[in-house]
Amino acid sequence: MTSSKVCVVMVSGSRERLQMAAMVASVAAVSGREVLVFLSMNALPYFVKGMSTDAAAEGKLGSLMEHKNAPDFKTLFEQAVSLGEAKLYPCSMAMDVLAVGPDDLEPYLGEPTGLTRFLDAARDGQVWTF
Amino acid sequence: MPGKTVVDARGSFCPGPLMELIAALKSCQVGDELEVLSTDRGSANDIPEWVRKVGHEHLATHVEAGVWHITVRKAK
Repeated sequence: MTSSKVCVVMVSGSRERLQMAAMVASVAAVSGREVLVFLSMNALPYFVKGMSTDAAAEGKLGSLMEHKNAPDFKTLFEQAVSLGEAKLYPCSMAMDVLAVGPDDLEPYLGEPTGLTRFLDAARDGQVWTF
Repeated sequence: MPGKTVVDARGSFCPGPLMELIAALKSCQVGDELEVLSTDRGSANDIPEWVRKVGHEHLATHVEAGVWHITVRKAK
């Protein structure tokens, strides 16, 4: 089994990108890979408690997915944590912009993290950006 | 005596059936068999691949009326 670390930088709020990022993170995590996810920009609001997860589609696939029984991206991210021990870090800058604190975020997220710490953690891993 | 669990993931798209299998594996004993029912063609390929990769045992796959039956044994 490979030990290569998978680092996901999630900045988009589009349904396709959120879904693909969640698929990569969850499958990598349950396959024994170390997975770090950095949630920033338009992706972070979906992880504020009580916020809608109805992400807008970019194109045809995103629209089609709405009517298919694909697991939703938040469930996949949560499973990445619960079944695969992935770590999801909310971007501290995006939290400041949204004016939210750690208690406002989903409980399976890790501690607020800045780019300096995330880049250091991601230094020896693959980086996937969505 | 080892048990057999059916994981009914029909109608779910990738990676739903795989994640449902993994969740079910958590509550099974070593030696137990699990049969995943899936209508997702990609999962029929992905699940045996994942099972081999993480060290469980893929026992059989067959398709019946558009439903894949993927049987695995929890090995660790």
